[in-house]
Parts: sequence; structure tokens; C-alpha cells
Amino acid sequence: MSKLNTWKIFTRGIIKENPTFVMLLGMCPVLGVTTSAFNGLGMGIATTFVLVMSNLVVSLVKDFIPDKVRIPAFIVVIATFVTVVEMVLEAYVPFLYEQLGIFIPLIVVNCLILGRAESFASKNNIVPSIIDGLGMGLGFTFALTILGGMREILGNGTVFDLSLFGQDANMMILFILPPGAFIALAYLVVIFNKIFVKN
Amino acid sequence: MKKLESTLLNMILSLTIIALVSGASLGFMNELTKGPKEESRKQKQVEAIKSVLPEITNNPFAEKIPVAVEGQKDSLFFFPGKKGDGLSGMAVSCFTYSGYNGLIKLMVGFNMNGEIFNISVLDQKETPGLGTKMTTEPFVKQFIGKNPGQFKLKPTKDGGDVDALTGATITTRAYCEAVQQAYDGFMTEKEQIK
Amino acid sequence: MEYILIIIAAIFVNNVVLTQFLGICPFLGVSKKLSTAAGMSGAVVFVMTLATLVTYLMYNHILVPLGLDYLRTISFILVIATLVQMVEIMLKKVSPGLYRALGVFLPLITTNCAVLGIAIVVLDLPDPSLIKSLVYTIGISLGFGLAIILFSSIREHLELMNIPKGMRGVPIALLVAGLLSLAFMGFTGLV
Repeated sequence: MSKLNTWKIFTRGIIKENPTFVMLLGMCPVLGVTTSAFNGLGMGIATTFVLVMSNLVVSLVKDFIPDKVRIPAFIVVIATFVTVVEMVLEAYVPFLYEQLGIFIPLIVVNCLILGRAESFASKNNIVPSIIDGLGMGLGFTFALTILGGMREILGNGTVFDLSLFGQDANMMILFILPPGAFIALAYLVVIFNKIFVKN
Repeated sequence: MKKLESTLLNMILSLTIIALVSGASLGFMNELTKGPKEESRKQKQVEAIKSVLPEITNNPFAEKIPVAVEGQKDSLFFFPGKKGDGLSGMAVSCFTYSGYNGLIKLMVGFNMNGEIFNISVLDQKETPGLGTKMTTEPFVKQFIGKNPGQFKLKPTKDGGDVDALTGATITTRAYCEAVQQAYDGFMTEKEQIK
Repeated sequence: MEYILIIIAAIFVNNVVLTQFLGICPFLGVSKKLSTAAGMSGAVVFVMTLATLVTYLMYNHILVPLGLDYLRTISFILVIATLVQMVEIMLKKVSPGLYRALGVFLPLITTNCAVLGIAIVVLDLPDPSLIKSLVYTIGISLGFGLAIILFSSIREHLELMNIPKGMRGVPIALLVAGLLSLAFMGFTGLV
């Protein structure tokens, strides 16, 4: 892989193959935790960590894993890092741990992570694999933060807990509730594709 | 390097090695984070107790008294606050599963007359912007200084004295239920604890 | 009576897809046709109930007594993956008809977050007895089936509609899901 491509691998995940807005991978946390920009950001960072680490390990051990058992092997690697994240968050960031709740262990079944391990890291060397993980992770974090911010602003009148319209402003509570997640995401997908992914 | 072939031996070996490595590293991480996890859990309770009790000189956390609740897997916990030698108040950690998203855990502080001194939320999964407003001052204020013996712990909709949160009657109902449970527990245990 | 209430609450009030956001991937992915959606829900009901039974017993009788509860996530996902494989092999041998109906969906279920999610959620239920956990799981999986079948029948109709170009495909599907979710909010406080 030539040097020129590194930048391409990195930005691909953020825009052209954005896991959330374009590929629609790993939708459960996207909808489930984005009630605020902070939660979206936290979830994004946790997922990015797991993604980068699992890509790294998978690209390291790919030659030692027989083809037929590669999926269970990848799952074990991913689950290990997810558990690490779970422990660290519970110990040092208990607030975020409570907010994200069930969606932390569910990072294991985020199709994005297994997808990258299988389609990229198991075929490439360490450096590109890390770059790929970083790019995809940042794209995911970006999407979650935007969606969380949008829902928080529309539904609660705040962003990162900063009040925008004063305490008593009447906001569209709908956007904080479950239906709002679907509706907000629908419009973001349209806007994102219109701006960045011209056919 | 050539890829390992998928023979039975290779498959079993590689999976076993991966499982062992991951199990060992998780065990190690668990040991590493066990202390801080305990610490952060304890810290949260200590802070909540402090915020719901009047001035105290002891460490209520160290004098924790568990009281089982019939038919539930969780217990109430009593934290006696003392000033000098005398009992000056009681922090009660209580819970309910009837919140909008299930569990709500509160720390309720009473003075010895049974009046509510303050309430702090330990745990909740309510809807942000609606149910989560139960942690804000305007809502909590209406409980402070009230004695649940006279003050009816129910939303006004159900014939009680509590102004419900906008759009979160279920949360309010659950919140009241938990406070009531804390009060009932406190009243029955009060005599014995002295 | 109590069990019926648990089931109704799990299907309507706490609908797994529309209010808890678990199992969104298959919900969006295999809902283009009613027949595939029905097949998927059948497979999910079967696997989810079986998986919860096994993980529940494993957690309470092996992991907790040994103090290994920090291995919860990793052991659950392995059990689910193995289980799905075994179900697939057994179904192929025992009931080829059923296998033909459900077979293609089985591999997809391993990464269905609803299965792992519910296996973890039942551990925190207020009354965590085995029977109630199982009844709850069955209710939840039926709720998944109901949501995906409703959703796919609406999507079949959408195919014939004249939709603005930018909204076609995923965005309009998400909007429909939002409206369905709004409708299910009406069940709040039912039980």
C-alpha cells in the first residue's frame, strides 16, 4: 500500500463511507444513546477505541488464525476490548457508564467493528488497519455527536448541557423521545448525502 | 508468511490460545479496576448522604444498616447521621422499579421529626429533558421541610400534594413511591435504631 | 394473569425495537419484504428464548459462583454464536422444512444486538426468577416480530408510492419507523 493511499483510507471512513450516514452500520447505539451530544461523543470515543484496538490485534494475528474459525476468533478479540472499556468506564467515568448503560456491552455486536475486522484488518498490515479504524471511528463519533447535538438542541434547548434558549423555553420534546431518534436521523441522512455524497 | 491451514488441530489450538490470552488479560484488568470501581461507587453514596443530611459529625456511610424489603431483591439502607452523640437525622437509600424506564434509586434525608431534609437521585434512566428534571431544584424544593405523614406523596392528578413534572407523570409517581417507601421504612425502624 | 401482563408489557409498552432501540440492524435490513420479515421474526423468537435460557443459567450458576461475572459480555456472545451454529446444524438434520424457512436468517442473528441485549437486560429485572425472565424474553421477541412485520408491510406499500428522490430508500424508512415508534408511545402506562 503506497503512502498516498493512507490519507484516503483515513478520510474514507469520515465522509465517503461514513458508517452511520452512508453505510448505516451499527444503528442500535446511534439511535439509542444520542439523547445528548455528550452521550453521543462518549459512545463514539468508546467505539473508536474498540475499533482501533481490534483492527490492530486482528491485523497482527491474522496469519495465525485458520480461515474457518476466524469469525469466532475476531469476536473474542472484540469482546475482550469491549469488556476493558466497560471496566474502565465504570471505574473512572461512572457518570458516562450509567448514561450509556446496556449499550456499552452491545458494542460487541456493532456490525461496524466486526465488519472492519473481517473486510479490512484481516487483509491488511498494522498501519493501514489502525488508520482505517481511526477513520471509521471518527466518522462514527462525528455522526453520533451531530445527531446527539441536534436532538438535544431541538428537544431540550441545550447543547453539551449549555442552555441556549433560557430555562423555561418550550422545546420539541419529541426529539428526545424514541420517535425523535428515527426522525432526526432520517433528515440527517438526507442532508449528509446531499452535501457530501453526490451521485 | 503463509496462512495457517484449517486443520482441526490448528483451529482448536488457535482458538484456545486466543481465549486464554483474552481471559488472562481480562482477569488482570479486573484486578486493576476493582479498587477504583468500589471507590467510585462508595464516593457517590457518601456525597449523596452528605447532601441530604444536616450538619453531622460522624461518618454515616460506615454505620450503614440494611433493611430487607418484602418481595424485592434490593434492600433499603439506613445511614444514621449523628451530631455529637445524638442522632440528628437519617439518610435512607430507597428504590422503585416503576419509573418510566424502570429503576430509580433515591437517597432521602429525614430529620428526627420525619420531615424531609433533602433528596438526591442516585440512579435513574428516565427520559432526558422530561423525567430527568426530577434532579433539578424546582422539583425537589416542594419536598423539602415536608412531613410525609401530612404531605400526601402523590401527584396532584392522583389526589396528592406533589406538582408533577411536565410530561413525566409516571416518573413523578415512581419518585413519590420511593420517597414514601423510605418514609415508611424510617418510621418503623426509627425506634429500634435509637 | 401475571404472566400475561408481563407479555403485554414486553410487546407493546417496552417494545424492543421501537422504544429500546435493540435489534435495529435486522429491523432496517430485512424488512423490505413481508415474507422475509416473518421468517426473521420466527428465527428471533426461537433463538432469543433459547439464548436467554442458556445465558441465564450460565450466569447465575457458573459465572457468579466462581466470581467471574466480569466475563459476562464475552461468554454471552460466544454462547450465542455457538448456539446459533448448533441450531442451524440441528435444524438441517431434524426439520429440513423449517430450515428452509429460517435457515438464511440464522447466521444474521449472532450480530442481532437484541439477543445479547435481552440476555443482559433480564439479569437486571426486578424479579429475576427463571420463569419470569423467560416469559419476558418471549414477550420481547414477539414484540420484535410485531414491529418488523408491521414495518415491512408498510415498506411494501412505500415501493409503489411517489416519493421525492432524496427521501427514497433509507430516509423514508426511518421516518416510517419514527411514526411507528410514536404510535407505540401511546401504549405507555398501559400496564
